[in-house]
Amino acid sequence: MDTSQTLLVFFGGLVPMAAVAFALGRRKALLSDARGARMHSLPGQYGVYVATWMALPALAIGVVAACAVLIGVRVPSAPFVLSFALFGAAVGLAMALRRVEPTLRARNAIEKFVYWTLFAASLVSILTTFGIIISILFEALKFFNQVSVWDFVTGTNWSPVATFRPGQDAADSQFGSVPLFAGTFMITAIAMSVAIPVGLFAAIYMSEYASYRIRTFAKPLLEILAGIPTVVYGFFAAITVSPLVVDVAAFFGLNASYTNALAPGLVMGIMIIPFISSLSDDVINAIPNSLREGAYALGATKSETIKQIVLPAAFPGIMAASLLGVSRALGETMIVVMAAGLRPNLTWNPLEDMTTVTVRIVDALTGDQSFDSPETLAAFALGLVLFVVTLTLNLISIIVIRKFRQSYE
Amino acid sequence: MSQGISLQPSRQLRRRYRAERRFKAYCVGALLLSIAFLVLFFSDMVRQGHSAFIQTEIQAEVTYNEDTVKFTNESVDESIAPLVSRAFFRSIPRRVDADPSLMGTTETLWLTATADVDQYRKKYSDRLEPEMQSTLERLESEGKVSYGFNKGLFTSGDSKIPSNAGLWSAFVGTFYVMLVVLAVSFPIGVATAIYLEEFAPDNRFTQGVEININNLAAVPSILFGLLGLAIFINFFGVPRSSALAGGLTLSLMTLPVIIISTRAALRAVPQNIRQGAQAVGASRWQAIRDHVLPLSLPGILTGTIIGVAQAMGETAPLLLIGMIAYIPDAPTSMTEAATVLPAQIFTWAGMPERAYVSLTAAGILVLLSLLITLNATAVILRNRFERRW
Repeated sequence: MDTSQTLLVFFGGLVPMAAVAFALGRRKALLSDARGARMHSLPGQYGVYVATWMALPALAIGVVAACAVLIGVRVPSAPFVLSFALFGAAVGLAMALRRVEPTLRARNAIEKFVYWTLFAASLVSILTTFGIIISILFEALKFFNQVSVWDFVTGTNWSPVATFRPGQDAADSQFGSVPLFAGTFMITAIAMSVAIPVGLFAAIYMSEYASYRIRTFAKPLLEILAGIPTVVYGFFAAITVSPLVVDVAAFFGLNASYTNALAPGLVMGIMIIPFISSLSDDVINAIPNSLREGAYALGATKSETIKQIVLPAAFPGIMAASLLGVSRALGETMIVVMAAGLRPNLTWNPLEDMTTVTVRIVDALTGDQSFDSPETLAAFALGLVLFVVTLTLNLISIIVIRKFRQSYE
Repeated sequence: MSQGISLQPSRQLRRRYRAERRFKAYCVGALLLSIAFLVLFFSDMVRQGHSAFIQTEIQAEVTYNEDTVKFTNESVDESIAPLVSRAFFRSIPRRVDADPSLMGTTETLWLTATADVDQYRKKYSDRLEPEMQSTLERLESEGKVSYGFNKGLFTSGDSKIPSNAGLWSAFVGTFYVMLVVLAVSFPIGVATAIYLEEFAPDNRFTQGVEININNLAAVPSILFGLLGLAIFINFFGVPRSSALAGGLTLSLMTLPVIIISTRAALRAVPQNIRQGAQAVGASRWQAIRDHVLPLSLPGILTGTIIGVAQAMGETAPLLLIGMIAYIPDAPTSMTEAATVLPAQIFTWAGMPERAYVSLTAAGILVLLSLLITLNATAVILRNRFERRW
């Protein structure tokens, strides 16, 4: 029996059995009700109670067996596990059925069961975060066993040597991450210099000037920008914007590379406009009108009110929005993979080709490298840094936004 | 006597009004700039991609016999054969197998031209051998060349022959992946949201879970790829490149979107509803199941559709778990190697032949129209069924 067949038998058997258990529990409750006993809960609730206690042991055995298989412990054959689960189900059914008495609080038991199921579901998001940390951390630690943290942080030469080529030694590899981070920050800076002013001014227009009709028309349009997949932006940056940048640079007598940093930066900035504008819009709307009216009463014009009253009051929120934007730009992958270069290059000139952290991660993990080669491990080390930096930015902005909301509620 | 009072605004006031107009112009300009980009972007995609929806076809007589089944190039006229896509010749033995009565007959068919001919006719390139150019001109004058709708774009899988490449296997892969995403993230996301909104005590742990979810929504997507690679593939042994691995990875990314929107939908249901149900004897869970959930369902579904649409456009984490493999045939199970629409677009974008540029843009147009349909459905759902209290 293969896995899918086993699963089919398991769940295919469990569903009718649960139905039978439900019917049995309900029947017993109805019978004692007919005999004149005052039942605590509804008959159907006893049915659910019995079905739950029938299914839980079987599911538990199934999950334990599945985990044992996955971590490589030898387990008895599938038919044995199936019959063992069936046995567990029968025991659970018998015990639960015996407990169906007028005094059994089946409804409360169901309530408790639902509570813990929902609680368990909420743990998945925490497990996800732990999963990310664990999956990155262990490989990154392996990498830092081979390469010193100091070299990684301060080195200016990133040249991993492919281990699969004969005559080359992995020990010759250099893992100085400074050029990668320089490229990442350069592209992020270009993106933010587009996204913050445009996004902020658009938000001010929408929340302070626009009529209701313009708002309902323009807001969804801006949100389309946020809905365009990044691979599409990447194609646009590579095929349309990059050549345009090269042409414009040539017009001014400058020499630009076709994988220059400017094109992905500009396109990334456009992608981030809606994040900044919708968050800033919320923040500006949260500023109470009494502040604006106070300014008008003193004779300030609209733009003076915005510049001197609304924006300073909304500053923490706008900053938080911008930090979220920066975090998104640092971690953006597809645009840079498709439009930025592969060559680590330490330069101030955005017309030259540069590479970023995310590009190198993708490059290392989609190549033919073996999984424990230093270059692959380096990708996890880069991932660790990326995670720590974006986590810090996200946490600051989440906390600032929470505080901001509370202060105007 | 109005002599002492000037009706003209003072110089200072005029300056302030000018500043006012300037500021408003900046704001309008920012919005217009964004919209202008949107227009530029869409028109560029249409300009690049529209031509891939049609394809050059050549009318020719196809002969089926013992020889042409073996040497398929000989099934059409020697002068026309170089102009016809290789994909057609490869299909000849299959055609004869499917319908043995074809053997020994001749039929007139419209055949897909090679990408070179197609690109030449669409004036994207002028590189075509002079012999082929003259054959093409002759056929054109005989009315044996025309454009037909590129059915293959939707019905065939990926191919190294550009005139034969299509999105079908990517459609199937996307379908499988989205099935996994829905099956995993919808129940877990809604359950988490119900727990946080209806049951959770307000303590440090709950606040931690909330901050954690908000953070997950902003974690770079590529890190989810690292998680999928290390946990799902290396630890749990889910097959690499499979729809299952991709779906599980994207589920974790979609989870926060569904949780956040479900919480907002639950919060919008007024407290009176819960109190009314509990007043007539419903337990907490009964009140939620029978009253709160049905009322918030439109909001939950809207959030789910938006989350799925987001997952459908995601590429970066899928690159790391190997979903950029060359997949000519649609997968038939969750554990087979699969590709999805954005990954197919990425693969085509990296192909050297000029014909793939139009194909990529056409794929993008298809993906965008799918996403816009999904998002429009979500908006309509919200506007029609959302209740204001």
